[in-house]
Parts: sequence; C-alpha cells; structure tokens
Amino acid sequence: MKKKVLTVDDSRTIRNMLLVTLNNAGFETIQAEDGVEGLEVLETSNPDVIVTDINMPRLDGFGFIEGVRRNEKFRAIPILVLTTESDAEKKNRARQAGATGWIVKPFDPTKLIDAIERVTA
Amino acid sequence: MDMNEIKEIFFQECEEQLAELESGLLKLNDGDRDPETVNAVFRAVHSIKGGAGAFGLDDLVSFAHVFETTLDCVRSNKLEPTQDVLKVMLKSADVLADLTNAARDGGSVDEARSRTLIRELEALAHGETHAAEPAAPKPVAAAPKPSEPAPVVAKPDVNDEGFQPIPFSFGDFDEEPAAKYVPTCQIIFRPNRELYAKGNEAVLLLRDLSRLGEMSVYCDMDRLPPLDKMNPEEAYFSWKVSVTTDKGEDGVRSVFEFAEWDCELDVRTIEEEIVGEAADDDEPPMQAVPFDLSLLEDGPAASGEEEPVVNESDTAAAIAAADTASKVAQVASRAAENAKAAAAAATAAQANQASAAGQTIRVDLDRVDRLINLVGELVINQAMLSQSVVENDNNGVSSINMGLEELQQLTREIQDSVMAIRAQPVKPVFQRMARTVREIADITGKSVRLITEGENTEVDKTVIDKLAEPLTHMIRNAVDHGLEMPEKREALGKNPEGTVRLTAKHRSGRIVIELADDGAGINREKVRQKAIDNDLIAADANLSDEEIDNLIFHAGFSTADKVSDLSGRGVGMDVVKRSIQALGGRISISSKPGQGSVFTMSLPLTLAVLDGMVVTVAGQTLVVPLTAIVETLQPEASAIHSFGASQRLISIRNSFCPLVDVGRILNFRSTQANPIDGVALLVESEGGGQRALMVDAIQGQRQVVIKSLEANYTHVPGIAAATILGDGRVALILDVDAVVAASRGQPLRQDISLAATG
Repeated sequence: MKKKVLTVDDSRTIRNMLLVTLNNAGFETIQAEDGVEGLEVLETSNPDVIVTDINMPRLDGFGFIEGVRRNEKFRAIPILVLTTESDAEKKNRARQAGATGWIVKPFDPTKLIDAIERVTA
Repeated sequence: MDMNEIKEIFFQECEEQLAELESGLLKLNDGDRDPETVNAVFRAVHSIKGGAGAFGLDDLVSFAHVFETTLDCVRSNKLEPTQDVLKVMLKSADVLADLTNAARDGGSVDEARSRTLIRELEALAHGETHAAEPAAPKPVAAAPKPSEPAPVVAKPDVNDEGFQPIPFSFGDFDEEPAAKYVPTCQIIFRPNRELYAKGNEAVLLLRDLSRLGEMSVYCDMDRLPPLDKMNPEEAYFSWKVSVTTDKGEDGVRSVFEFAEWDCELDVRTIEEEIVGEAADDDEPPMQAVPFDLSLLEDGPAASGEEEPVVNESDTAAAIAAADTASKVAQVASRAAENAKAAAAAATAAQANQASAAGQTIRVDLDRVDRLINLVGELVINQAMLSQSVVENDNNGVSSINMGLEELQQLTREIQDSVMAIRAQPVKPVFQRMARTVREIADITGKSVRLITEGENTEVDKTVIDKLAEPLTHMIRNAVDHGLEMPEKREALGKNPEGTVRLTAKHRSGRIVIELADDGAGINREKVRQKAIDNDLIAADANLSDEEIDNLIFHAGFSTADKVSDLSGRGVGMDVVKRSIQALGGRISISSKPGQGSVFTMSLPLTLAVLDGMVVTVAGQTLVVPLTAIVETLQPEASAIHSFGASQRLISIRNSFCPLVDVGRILNFRSTQANPIDGVALLVESEGGGQRALMVDAIQGQRQVVIKSLEANYTHVPGIAAATILGDGRVALILDVDAVVAASRGQPLRQDISLAATG
C-alpha cells in the first residue's frame, strides 16, 4: 500500500515541488496550505506521515504540530518540519511542539525522501 | 509537471508575495502595528527565499536572507519600524523585485544599489551601529550538515552503566594502518517517553543503525513493570547496541539526530583489538553489572529474558520488542479514537464547510480568451438567429419568439459571467505606482505621499495590463512637474509633503481613474507661451482655461524648461492620451492654480464588447461608440450656417459647432450631404471641443462584439475596428477622434486607433 503523506505549506512553489517529489517516490500526497487547513485535512485523510512548513498564515507550523499532538486520534503520526530555518532555536521550538524530525531547505528531494523513510516503517 | 513549470509557478508566486510585501510595508508605514502585518511581510520574503533556494537562485537567496534577518528583528520587536527603517525596507522590496525579474528574464540588476541596501539592512539588524566592515553580500549560511557533531555530551553516569573509558589517541592511527581496523561503536540508547510522543520509534532508529554495519543488539526490559502497573505511554525499554561501522561516532549520532533530545544516548568507539580482548572473556562487553542491580522488581519477564542477548540472530527479536513498545501506544490511541469518532465527524463536517469558502482555481489566460471569443461568436449568432426569425415570422408572438428572448437573456448573462472571469482588481497596477512614486520622489528630492483608493475596482485584465504605462507616465509627471519642492510648499503654507491621490471607481459601466496632485496646478501662461512658440496656436488666439489645459495633450508638448530624465523621455502627455484612447478611453484634465491638477480617465470595462450606435452613412452601416456621443439631434434648416468655402456650422442652444460629414471624410461619397436629410451626432472630441457628426440615419443602439481589423485585415484610417451585426454583415466601428481630426484638415493618421485589439 502506498504511504500517505500530508504536506502543509503556504508556498505554491514548495507545494508543487513536494507533490512532484513525493509522487515520483511513490507516495500518495495530500496537501494543505496552512496549519488550520492542515488540521482540517488531517481529520479526513489519516496520513502516515506529515511534512509541514513553519512560517504560515493563520496557524504556523508550531501551532499545527501542537494541534496534531493534542489530537487523540492522530498524535502518534510522525511529523517532519520542512523549513529554511536552520538555526537551533527554531528547531528546538519545533521539537518542543512535538516534531519528529526536520528537513532543512533548500528543498532537496533526496533529503526529503530519506527523512520520510527514517520516520516511517 | 516538470521543474520548469514549477519554476514558472514560483515566479508567479513571487509576484504575489512582492505585492503582499509592498502593501504590508506600506501599512506599517502608515502606522499599522498589527503583528500579523509584520508576519505577512516576513512570510513574503521568507517564501521567496525558500523557493529561490530550491532553484539555486543564489543572488535572490542571499538578498532575501539579509532582508529576512532584518525583518525578523522587527518581528521580534528588536527593531522599531520607524519611517527611516521602512524607507530602507521599501527600497529593499524594490530590489528584491528587480532580482526576481532578473532571475526570471535574465538581465542584470543594479549591483551597487543592492550592495548598499544589504549594508543598510545589516546595519539595522545589528542595531543602529553602522556595520564598519565593507560587507560584501554574505553568502547564506550553509545548512548544517547532518554529520555536524551533535551537542550531546556523554552522560557522566556512563560508568554506572558498566563502561570503562577507553583511551583513544590519533597516534594509534598514525602507527597502525587504520584501514585494517573497522572500529566498533557501542551505543546505549534509552528513550524517554517524549521520544514516542513525538512520533519517533525506537525500532526505526535501530533499523537505521543496522544499516551502518554489522550490528548486535541487546534489549533491556528490566524496567518493564507488571502489566497492571504498566503505563502504555511510558518508555520502559533501553537498548545496548554494538555496531561495526566505518561511519564513526558521528555517523551513529546522526541516526539519532531527531531523537537525541528525547533519550539518553551514549556512543563510544572501541577499537577492534580491545573488542577482541573483551571477547576473550567469552562475555560480551555489554553484560553490565548495573543492569543486574536494577533488578528491583522481580517481574517474571525480567528473570526469563534477563540474559544478555547479543547474538546477531536475536537482533530481530530486540527490534520486535521495541515494536511492541510502540504498538502499546497505538492500542491506547485507538481506544481513544473510537471514543472521539463522533466528535471527529462533527469537526470534519465543519472542516469541509470551511474549506469550501474562498476557493479559487488558476486557469491559463488562453483558455479564458478562447471562451470569450466563443461567447462573442455566440452573441453574434444569437443576434442573427433572432433577426432571421423576426423576418420570417409574421405572427408576432410565437413560442419560438419566447424561446429566443430567453436565449438572448441567457446569452447576455453568459457573456457577463465570462467577462467577469477576466475582471481583475486594479490593485497590482496601483501598487506598482507606489514604487514609481518612491523612485521619483527620491530623484527629485521631493517628499510625496501616494494615497490609493478603490484598489479593488475590477476591470478587464487587458485594460489593466495596458494601464500601467500611461499611469506610470502620468504619476511621473504629477510628481516631477506638478508638485513643488518641499521648501517652496512650506513657504506657500502647504504641507511640505506633497500628496498624489490615485482613485478608481465604477461609473455607468466604465471604470474611472483619477489622478490628483496637490501641487501648483497648470501654469497656463507658460503653457500658452510654449504653444505659441511651438506654433500650436496663433499668438493672439483666444483660448479658454480648459482649452489651454488641454494643450498639454498636444504632440511634442513639454512645459518643463529642461526635459528631465524622469517625465521627459521624449514623450509627452500626447502619448498618454493616445494610449488611453487606444483602450477606448478618454482623458481630461482640470486644474486649479496653486491647488493642483486632476486627470480623469474613463475606460471601458472590457475591450471585447462595446455599446454602439448603429448608423447608416452613404448606404454603409457604421457603429459609433456610444461613449463618444453626447447627444443626437435632427438639424433644422435654420440651424445650419455655411462658413468659409465648404465648412458648415450648426447652432445648438446659442453656440456654434462645426458639422463633420462622415461620408465625405471616409470617402464614401464625393459630394456634401444635405444636413437636413440626416441626423447629427454631437460628439466630444480631442481638445474638449464638440463636433457634430453628420450621418444619414440611426438604426439603433446595440452592444457589439469587437473584431480587430488589424488582426484580420489591415489598419484603416478613421476606422477603429469591425463587428458582425445580426444580419451577418460586417459593420465598421468609427474612430471618432480620427474623423474629427481629419475634418480639421489633418489627414487621417495611421497611428490613432480605438481598441487596437478585439
């Protein structure tokens, strides 16, 4: 069965790149544009892994991760943070919010797939 | 979708982000201190940087990075967004736009300008202290390599775990051929409950570890309490692993990159020799005493599985055990899952509702245009059908007629809806003007404030696209020629900061754009003198204020004593006027000395259809754009006056207005028509004056679909475009201004056209 990935990113460019990369790697991809939509989509999509951006309108990545972790049904899903923030402080906050791992942009398809493989069975 | 398409999307998105960035900065400039505004501005730059990084657009990335850093200072309240700070930021936004364009279309940017701004931004980010170093554009800090030494320090309690520190020196490597020995890493890994809570799994970490090299694992389950005391969310297991790998400790630690904060991790390297020594004891080094000590609970599992399992064949078993640990958590969450199912369903329903609102799709413009063309054909076809039914049906009301009426209504609705697809707010153009104003204000040393109103007024995309150029030119003029220098303004008791107001609104099916400045107004004496110097008017001509004002629209007219680089450029307001006319629009000016000037442009909402008056001239059917017509009248013999050799005037309410015989001008006939047999159309023309166009008869008023004559045939002087009437015949659309100009003795010019594109 195809693994299902939920991506949350407000940039259309990055969303398309994620879509192409993930589809090419044989994942099923569901996309949301910000944290609020991400939490909405989560309810119906039941993904195996989530990839999220940090800087987003309405609800940012930290808030989104916390939202997922508070959700009894989905809190065990691995969440990867995809962001240009490479500094320790942001990583730390994402981790405290409950991120499983992170991928540092600039976007690199290999790194992305590697990280997803790492956190999924 | 391939990378090029995504890149195209990226540039589209950049444009949106740049618009967002600018409007956000302008809001901040107006004193908006909403954190969400700052966030939006930050996100815009951040998004551009993120996408640019993915495409390796290094110039863009490095500038965006510096910009972003400074914005982050504003976001975290370290930097107050004062006017001066925002000035730098607005300029930076301009440079960012330039860099984006350069990245897309090639070409270069003003290196010196971007370097200066990078310096200024960095200075702002580091407090007001000016960065002394001649900061060349700093390359973006490279992303930390995964192999970077992780900041985890060996826990001091290692000895409690039974490990002795192993002396290790590089000297050993120097003496011995290092390649011969593959070092073995010993790892103690004890996850905390947070590790599982964050979605990491011990089993996956062990799996990754096993990929580094030959591995043996021992799972320590000593801490597992009896079932009734077990908390399914707690982490009870720990693992001891030994891996033979050439990746070193760093390689091992990188496996735990995501998990190292949520576990106790000890990694150390043992040289093979030493491992060998230890192996001599026939006991693996991990058989550690402390684990025996920890046998406080006499759980049944402990006694049975206490024996250290170090055989490789048991690796799988240990992994399975880890798997069990996480399964427990999953079972727990599944129980909760059922309980919350109902609540979840309700939330999902809400979610669907929420996502339904404000959805948009992006469509290729070509597709919309094709649709518009097809609808145009449909309108024509429907009109033809109606006409032939009317001609063949003498019964008056029939069911076919009823159906046709409905068809007509539907066609009109479809047409309106399709036009609405192309309609876009003028906001992007208005936002571009903000930049224009900033640039000119900078160069001229004037202080200018641009106020825009009605940015969300919608108009056809083609009109918007063609609006930018004349508008830019007019704004330049307004700032360069209209506004006075700050000192002079102050001396006049005005606010030293000049105001340029750009307004858009809908008025009777057209869009009206007004550009008002509070400058000096038109210097009529100067304009008049200039016009006399340029032989535009006679030295003794008696002109009204309005006529003098309108002189600035004459070709080659410029009031500035020296033609500045800004508004000069060899073109004048005549070019502006002509581009507005090419859009089927009109432009007028009103000016009050000392108080400023107002330019008013009225443009059609679409270039695809036109409301026209269908008239007959010498047996030909012509369409006169309704917007040009002021009134129609039936001339009486007493109102017609001859003037000169062949000129005639018509008196309307005590004023005289030249009569223009359309048939003569267009060479439809060689003799003058008798005005009394025809109808006069009073039209507004260039220069504000009125003319009466003579036509033979009026057929009616109709909305017509514009078909470009240039695209299908060639440009015809005096004719703006063509259309297809209900009877299937082609009718020409009159270029009123060209005809009026021709009546004044000027030959029909090639370059005037009303709707160049249909």
